[in-house]
Amino acid sequence: MSAVTDAAPAAPPTVVPPRPAAARRSRPRVGKILLSVLGIVVSLVWLFPVYWMLLSAVTPNARLMASTPSFWPSHFTLANFTGVLSDSGFVGALRMSLMITGVTIVLVLTFAFLAALAISRWRFRGRTSFVLAVLFIQMLPAEGLFIAQYKMLSGVGESAPVLGLNSVLGVSILYTAMLVPFTIWMLRGFVAGVPAELEEAAMVDGLSRTKAFLRITFPLLAPGLVASGVYAFLQAWNEFTTALVVLPAESRQTLPIWLRSFLSASVNRGIDWAEVMAASTLIAVPVIVFFLFVQGRMTSGLVAGAVKG
Amino acid sequence: MTSTPTPSAAAAAPTTSSGAPRVAIRRRRRPTTPYLLLLPAVAILLVGLGYPVYWQVVTSLQQFGLMQQFGAPPTFVGLDNYVRIFTDDRLWAVVARSIAFCLVNAFLTVAIGLGLALLMRAVHSGVRIVLQVVLLLAWATPLVAAVTVFRWLFDYRTGVVNWLLVELGFEGYAGYAWLAQPLTFFGVATIVIVWMSVPFVAMSIYAGLTQVSEEVLEAARLDGAGPTQILWRILLPLVRPVLAIVLLLQIIWDLRVFAQIRLLQDAGAPVAETNLLGNFIYELGIGSQDFSGAAAVSIFVLLLTVLLSAPYVRSLMKEDAV
Repeated sequence: MSAVTDAAPAAPPTVVPPRPAAARRSRPRVGKILLSVLGIVVSLVWLFPVYWMLLSAVTPNARLMASTPSFWPSHFTLANFTGVLSDSGFVGALRMSLMITGVTIVLVLTFAFLAALAISRWRFRGRTSFVLAVLFIQMLPAEGLFIAQYKMLSGVGESAPVLGLNSVLGVSILYTAMLVPFTIWMLRGFVAGVPAELEEAAMVDGLSRTKAFLRITFPLLAPGLVASGVYAFLQAWNEFTTALVVLPAESRQTLPIWLRSFLSASVNRGIDWAEVMAASTLIAVPVIVFFLFVQGRMTSGLVAGAVKG
Repeated sequence: MTSTPTPSAAAAAPTTSSGAPRVAIRRRRRPTTPYLLLLPAVAILLVGLGYPVYWQVVTSLQQFGLMQQFGAPPTFVGLDNYVRIFTDDRLWAVVARSIAFCLVNAFLTVAIGLGLALLMRAVHSGVRIVLQVVLLLAWATPLVAAVTVFRWLFDYRTGVVNWLLVELGFEGYAGYAWLAQPLTFFGVATIVIVWMSVPFVAMSIYAGLTQVSEEVLEAARLDGAGPTQILWRILLPLVRPVLAIVLLLQIIWDLRVFAQIRLLQDAGAPVAETNLLGNFIYELGIGSQDFSGAAAVSIFVLLLTVLLSAPYVRSLMKEDAV
């Protein structure tokens, strides 16, 4: 701002308005139209991969192998989807993904909610160190830990297979550990947003602490819990790296790992891209739907965080 | 899993003006409650992350060879593994490649993201909504699906990219195998990663731009500032904190790229020449069962992450102190 006010004295205010005003009014209009055209072009380019996935998914593979691609759904078919859905590997992977995602969401929400309550409603010794640790842990890459996690689960699995490699619980625990830190941080904002006075007022009116919490605070936190739950769903559903390492058995693959082997398996006999794209679509659609569902909340959180920097 | 540039970490937390923890009375009455509430989270973190980190530190200081695979007790060898790994030219090739790849991707992502954010500000509102919806779609697409689609787009035989290049007159691209050469391999990897990461960056910067008050811009215009001056003297300085944070996050995320590379390598890429740090650890540990070496590299990656994350964590802590 100071830079602009510095520039002002050069031209006396009375001289500035008349002439440039007219010129400026027409120039931006042309500029705006050109930029809008550019915006449409960029949108089309960015959209193309998603469009191509959907289009290929409803096109027979023979048509995809033709020398000239078709850019419209000219040979619409759902055979690719029925092909994927009848693949026993897909159904098994879907079951694994649903179980792991479900267990992870429940564990993450419970653990992170309790911790978020602690750090936003109490000041206690070690609070700052805990928050600091949570923020650092949230940044740790799976790639820096998966070898140890692999060895840990294979060790545990020797005495307790339900927690070992290829187990739903084992991988869910790892996912929970990776997601709890960020979820604590996300929920902390929501909990802090519900004034404790509300709860205290309810207690003055005769509710017990537990009742005041359940009737007053908890309903107000529901949107935060939903947003965190969807976040955990997206992460667990999409996770590739850890699953690749700790779910080595083919029958225990999650959907992302299954898609990779589905693609690799067909490399030698010529990839059936139509079915691969149908499979990608089936994996992507629930994610896109959920993502758009919470998007508003995520972006508003992002504004607050990013703008404060 | 935090490696996916989904809404993840940077979406920071929804903050509220009344963020100050309410405490006063409760502290004296129930001093143990907060610790009880933290217990499950701390326990799962110790099991899922604490023990693995501890195991890696210990293992990186031990001999963990064939003998140990068959049950012999590991011997303490001090920093031998680090010396062995860090005098290995392969590691330095991977480190150099990872850093170069990370910086190119991070700067490209932020530059394009900034461009799109400014574009969203400049266009008609209808076009802006179209752009936002399209960016959200790209953002929401799961990593594995996105990489798979790009493999199909760049397929050497029937991929639409080669078809288009041939149509445009570049006959040499008929049947061109993009993923078989390291340089073009990383070109495709960059396109995938930029496509996936730009939406988050563009949306964050755009959100920052919307916070610039109209009065400030109006005042600047009255003072005779042109669009270029407004951009360089007002908009960019005001969104600089957002730019710095998203650039830092992109650097951290792009340094740990693993899945995209792994999935693209399946198309027949020369693995040794296309490995990044994460892939190197995977090959070393899961591939050659060199757990001590893999642990040493993992510790290096973890330390690097913590070092790079420090400024980001500091900015988040400021928010916590509000």
